[in-house]
Amino acid sequence: MKQGEIHRPNAREASGEFFQRDRRIHPPAYTPNYKTSVGRSPRYALLSLQNSLSEVTGPTFGHSDLGPLDNDLILNYAQDGEPVGERIIVHGRVLDETGRGVPGTLVEFWQANAGGRYRHKKDMYLAPIDPNFGGCGRTLTDENGYYYFRTVKPGAYPWRNWVNNWRPAHIHFSVFGPGFVQRLITQMYFEGDPLIPHCPILASIPDAEALEGLIAPLDLNAAVPLDSLAYKFDIVLRGRRSTLFENRLEGN
Amino acid sequence: MPQPLNYLKETASQTAGPYVHIGLAPGAAGFKIFEQELGTDIAGPNAEGERIRVEGTVFDGAGAPVKDVLIEVWQANAAGIYPSPADLRADQVEEGFRGWGRIISDFDTGLFSFDTVKPGGIAGRNSRRMAPHLNLWIVARGINIGLNTRMYFDDEAEANAKDPVLNLIEQANRRGTLIATREMRDGKPVYRFDIRLQGEGETVFLDI
Ligand SMILES: [Fe+3]
Repeated sequence: MKQGEIHRPNAREASGEFFQRDRRIHPPAYTPNYKTSVGRSPRYALLSLQNSLSEVTGPTFGHSDLGPLDNDLILNYAQDGEPVGERIIVHGRVLDETGRGVPGTLVEFWQANAGGRYRHKKDMYLAPIDPNFGGCGRTLTDENGYYYFRTVKPGAYPWRNWVNNWRPAHIHFSVFGPGFVQRLITQMYFEGDPLIPHCPILASIPDAEALEGLIAPLDLNAAVPLDSLAYKFDIVLRGRRSTLFENRLEGN
Repeated sequence: MPQPLNYLKETASQTAGPYVHIGLAPGAAGFKIFEQELGTDIAGPNAEGERIRVEGTVFDGAGAPVKDVLIEVWQANAAGIYPSPADLRADQVEEGFRGWGRIISDFDTGLFSFDTVKPGGIAGRNSRRMAPHLNLWIVARGINIGLNTRMYFDDEAEANAKDPVLNLIEQANRRGTLIATREMRDGKPVYRFDIRLQGEGETVFLDI
């Protein structure tokens, strides 16, 4: 395989069924301390399905989908200078539950600027928009599941839930994996943020270890001296069974 | 103590939040940044089969439209083939057919709509054929973990009656929540599919 080429698994490797999702570590739909969930949470139990072709397949993405600056939030919206804020690198691996890297998968990220303001027509927070900061980017993992991007550290911001709720600084992540059932959106937080224990959205996660899994440690070894700090954030997607002794999902 | 299994745990989900559009559809957030946004064309120009439009609204438990929802669609082509390495027939899919799209509701009305081709029936487990359907994944502020469901077609009554997933729904009166209704508008087929997150007529959501 050539450098930079993405390994595409063959149909036999790619068609294994996914491990059941362990919903005990995910936030349940109904979490009254996060008020918006009250009216937006289903009340009936979910219907559990065995995987079929509709579940083990999923969309694929390639380098032609992306632009050269898509993983550089310091430059990808710069107009007449660079954005204000603490320069950071965020890097890590996308793995599955068996510990294997997930190659060639799309990772997308978005965040507020250093003052805690989003470039979104619905965000009315009084902190200013940064003219040189868009606040979003995307990348593909390499053959080992590794990804990285450069940005500025987002600020905390207040939100309407309780009267005095502030979101800890965070970056939103969207990740695919080869099967549509692996689709995941989550948020990355920063080690040492004093707002972490006060956040009702973080507290919606019932499992302490799962919550800690969203907190990225400072990674001085990956920092660029006199330029940028670094944080490391690994993401784990659902694993899949090997196809040994598998009933074929497709009939005939 | 037995040997440890050493599996990792899936990363916990968090809500997509109110500003999900910035990351996944920045045009809707009000600015242009990427050369191309992803998920704007599901079927591509060469797809065979019937061109259709799907439209609907997501409603919350109070019956109000959810105006900041983002839906992803994943579907097979008209021959029932997914453009994915896990489908043995993937090399037969038409050039440009991605089978995947991203749909944003209107911020003022909550109405969403998208154009695609109607998928074919799909090989199911144990030789049981699945009726044509779209796979949907729904995220928004207030949704802690993405909601999976399927959209079936009301003009496929015979296939729907045999569909293994629809038949798994114990309360038969809830099966209709997954079936879109067809009408013709200016000579083009439009399927209406409303999604109810909670309360009367709550959509059947899937743990897949
Ligand atoms: Fe946020």
